[in-house]
Amino acid sequence: MVIGVDFVWLIPAFPLLAVLINGLVGHRLSERAVSVTAVGSVGLSFLVASATLVQVIADPAPAVTALFTWIPGGDLVVEFNALIDPLTAVMMMVITGVGFLIHAYSIGYMHGDSGYARYFTYLNLFTVSMLILVMGGNYLVMFIGWEGVGLCSYLLIGFWYERTSAIKAGTKAFVVNRIGDAGFLVGLFLIFARFGSLNYSDVFSRAGELSTATATAITLCLFIGAIGKSAQLPLYTWLPDAMEGPTPVSALIHAATMVTAGVYMVVRNHVLFDMAPLSLQTVAVIGAATALFSATIGLVQYDIKRVLAYSTVSQLGYMFLACGVGAYASAIFHLVTHAFFKALLFMSAGSVIHAMGGEQDMRKMGGLAKHLPKTATVFIIGAIAIAGIPPLAGFWSKDEILGAAFKHGAPVLWFMGLTAAAMTSFYMFRQVYMTFYGSARMDHDVEHHLHESPNVMIYPLIVLAALSLLGGLLLGFPPEEGWIHRFLGPVTGAQAVPAGRQEAHAIGAIDYILMGLSVAVALAGWMTARQIYLKKPETAGALASRFATAHSVLYNKYWVDELYDATVVEPSKGLGRVANRFDDRIIDGIVNAVGNLTQAGAALSTGFEKYMIYGLLNITGYANHIAAAILRKIQSGQVHHYAALLVIGIFILVNLYLWFFDNTTVALLLSRLSLNGGN
Amino acid sequence: MNFAVTDIGAVLPEVIVAVYACAILLIEPFLPKGRQEVLAYFGFAALGVAFYGTWNLMRTDLTVMNGMFVLDPFGNFFKLLLYVAAAMTILLSMEYLKREGIDRGEYYAFVLLATCGMMILVSASDLIMVFLGLELMSIPFYILAGFKRFEEKSLEAAAKYFILGSFSSGILLFGISLLYGLSGTTNLQALALHLRGAELQNPAWILAMILLVVGFGFKIAAVPFHMWTPDVYEGAPTPVTAFLSVGSKAASFAVFLRVFIEALGGIQSDWRFLLIFLSVVTIVLGNVVALVQTNIKRMLAYSSIAHAGYAMIGLIVGDSLGIFSLMIYMLIYAFMTLGAFGVVMLLRREGVEGDEIRDFAGLARKDRLTAFAMLIFMFSLAGIPPTAGFVAKFYIFMAAVNAHLTWLVVLGVVFTAVSAYFYLRVVMVMYMKEPDEAVQLSAPPGVVMVLAVAAAVVLLLGIYPSPFLDYAQEAVLKLR
Repeated sequence: MVIGVDFVWLIPAFPLLAVLINGLVGHRLSERAVSVTAVGSVGLSFLVASATLVQVIADPAPAVTALFTWIPGGDLVVEFNALIDPLTAVMMMVITGVGFLIHAYSIGYMHGDSGYARYFTYLNLFTVSMLILVMGGNYLVMFIGWEGVGLCSYLLIGFWYERTSAIKAGTKAFVVNRIGDAGFLVGLFLIFARFGSLNYSDVFSRAGELSTATATAITLCLFIGAIGKSAQLPLYTWLPDAMEGPTPVSALIHAATMVTAGVYMVVRNHVLFDMAPLSLQTVAVIGAATALFSATIGLVQYDIKRVLAYSTVSQLGYMFLACGVGAYASAIFHLVTHAFFKALLFMSAGSVIHAMGGEQDMRKMGGLAKHLPKTATVFIIGAIAIAGIPPLAGFWSKDEILGAAFKHGAPVLWFMGLTAAAMTSFYMFRQVYMTFYGSARMDHDVEHHLHESPNVMIYPLIVLAALSLLGGLLLGFPPEEGWIHRFLGPVTGAQAVPAGRQEAHAIGAIDYILMGLSVAVALAGWMTARQIYLKKPETAGALASRFATAHSVLYNKYWVDELYDATVVEPSKGLGRVANRFDDRIIDGIVNAVGNLTQAGAALSTGFEKYMIYGLLNITGYANHIAAAILRKIQSGQVHHYAALLVIGIFILVNLYLWFFDNTTVALLLSRLSLNGGN
Repeated sequence: MNFAVTDIGAVLPEVIVAVYACAILLIEPFLPKGRQEVLAYFGFAALGVAFYGTWNLMRTDLTVMNGMFVLDPFGNFFKLLLYVAAAMTILLSMEYLKREGIDRGEYYAFVLLATCGMMILVSASDLIMVFLGLELMSIPFYILAGFKRFEEKSLEAAAKYFILGSFSSGILLFGISLLYGLSGTTNLQALALHLRGAELQNPAWILAMILLVVGFGFKIAAVPFHMWTPDVYEGAPTPVTAFLSVGSKAASFAVFLRVFIEALGGIQSDWRFLLIFLSVVTIVLGNVVALVQTNIKRMLAYSSIAHAGYAMIGLIVGDSLGIFSLMIYMLIYAFMTLGAFGVVMLLRREGVEGDEIRDFAGLARKDRLTAFAMLIFMFSLAGIPPTAGFVAKFYIFMAAVNAHLTWLVVLGVVFTAVSAYFYLRVVMVMYMKEPDEAVQLSAPPGVVMVLAVAAAVVLLLGIYPSPFLDYAQEAVLKLR
């Protein structure tokens, strides 16, 4: 590297500085000052990240830089360090680049909000955490970022805390994520137990020492973390609810960056995953299943953001499918293109919501293209990109994943992905037609106020639209050997493929057939949507009532939320309540049931205490009050029941010991007892 | 009987604290009502001098008083922690006592006497001393818990704590006498010698060990000996609750560890699985019951129970990493808990303490800094980085993994995830609910100081823990 690698610390430092400024004095600053600080800091980060990218292109060897020793001495030394390699560079570009555009868009979107400074503080804090997550040179630093992004996500989902639903959604997101985090943390401890280090470099270089079983255990634990963070089956339920947050937040956190952290983590750990075929299969199956499952839900939703949310879950599924079949570079490629077009879609949806005065129900939209021509144009570009129609970005990355799944020998997974692709195309164009074309279904009042968004919101959309148009070609053409594949090669190991497999890499007839199929299903989805929602709008209702059961199942999202509430949430609260009542009251009954024997002993001792207490009372001089309280309590019986519980505790421990532990002691005890009996 | 002058030097910090406590009792009658606050400064002086003394003795390692009392870095680590906790308790109390109309000088004397008891406890190297320290610590607490003598809840707390505390002391004493009967000694080293290599001949050893577990388990509030905790924590004056949950717990853990590792280390395999059982039920019950609490003091009580469960893992592991992690855990736990109780004390609803969770509604908009401090404490208690609570849990779990107790770690981590829910509820109420105008905020300088220090330490230990960890590590090496 030409300039020192230490400079990378500037990348998270700029937004961190903005967090401090806006967090401490932001509420006294003008909107302009707040936004210049916040957006400017991310812009500066983007410049440094670009410089870093140039450096990494010149010298792709991984570079490590330590800021300070975080946990010192003993068996474990953990440094607060950063690892800069092509994978990190790509992620940093997405976070700061797309992040910058979303920050800029927020200037217009959040204009006039009472929590303006608070919003930008959280958003910058998120950027810092996300950067730490991808820059960290060991698992612990990654974990800090991992928790940090979850925290910011929680704060931003609940940003409009006037809405109860927003608060609930935030808490749900955080708690579900914590379940995933628990898996991550266990994986981290397993790694430490096995390698005695948490540095990537140590772990990956010694990965060969692992047995398959250990590697499987570790990677499955890590993958649980990824499932939580990246909203995969069965922990995806928080992401659609997370749409309660401001729309730019949905674009940044719940589409472009945070939810892809799980994908990044799997790719980062691909050395370990490669050693555990079972884990890879799990990743692939869960990815494909999620892609298909959430696409089906997306087919019938009416909330403009919820459709996009289920689409995000589905696209993340593709990325995991890619990881599962070993196409790590393709996963990152799709991550990047998805960041472009999904951020674009979310923000143009935000522009629509902005124009509609907060309305999100597509049944109350329609015909918006003539009022919002720019928004409509960029939205349609995004829709074509995600639908997988060449030559836009989504086609290249998605097709590559499907191709990899097929060639990897998993035609079932390929077929699931292909079906999901058809559905993707359908629900995206359904959205396009319901929102922008057909007859206007909104109130006259709303229609009168329709207006195109200000330029500060439109310009970022145009940049993203350009990236969605060309990004796939620039980064990933020709398929599997594009710039991004070669660039990521040193990390994902694509270049390490032995010569014999190089032929498989060349594009053959099979690839063209698969490609053709992808395009065909995408077009089929588009045409179906066009037929139903543009040409004959009445068919939609007719179809829904004809397949009422299916529609209802999908519309209600398979009742998964209700299922979790009934099987997990309510029972744990119930357990808490029962245990609480046990602590408070029911204990009396239990104590009585356990036996009068202990009660007699306890009563005796409490009686004794009673007399002792009088002595103390006279000394301290508070006799009346305390005595009254004691007598009352003793009469109600609680205290000696508590005391009895102590005795029961002893019995429990003795019994535990005798039953479960040491047979020799039991034998010893029995012999003693019989000996004494004999005497 | 040999009694050297150096022996006095070794116990000087204890002597100083006790003398100051007696001095406070003597001066108190001569101070006019309303001027009793002066005595708080006596308390600070006592703790300051003792701190200086212990700081100077920090690296000494000797046993005095015929093996009754040991001065070592392990004990000194806890003593320094106790001084800080006691000083913060006094800071929390000064304004509070006036407000509640209970500003009597003996309060500070009792705090010092309890501190002295804890100091003896962490330095005891004989079971008789253990018992002495335990009682010297507990008796002032019985009184302190009932200090709001016009409030029924407080009296109830005192009565419950006293009766159950005495009962548990009796059980502990029973265990000690059994040990004496079996080995003919109460000295920890001598007990260890007795157990070394010897085949376990008598099941009474096991009974004695179990009785000790119950006695100490009561003090650290491990399930199923936790019954007193929520009632006492809720009823006692809040600064007393804070001191009880921090000082009493830290000192009891220190002696628990010393007795079980040093004296009963020989039968570790026998007590280990009992403690594992206790730790598991403590973690599970503490966290699950905390989910449904609506009173913040009761919630923090169950939280403190759960934390005892985590800290026990350090004891279960019992090697140098385990001991080290327990020490770190207690250090960090002390600051985050003192801070959390400090915030609770600031809220007033209609002239009484606002200790319901709903009283925190909209705190962020009434006082940004207080709310932010509480956010830090809650995140730290939930073990979320980059707060100190994460470092604490990280070390505990790391030690357990090292000792091949991975399943225990999985359980602990899962319940840490559960705990996020109830800690986060406080944050949610503070930041995302409309302020309740009936709840007022006070800002006594003492409490504000405690909050600032605690928040700073929690953040510092989370981000840059090295210096503290180094000292703790050194202390462990001396103990082993």
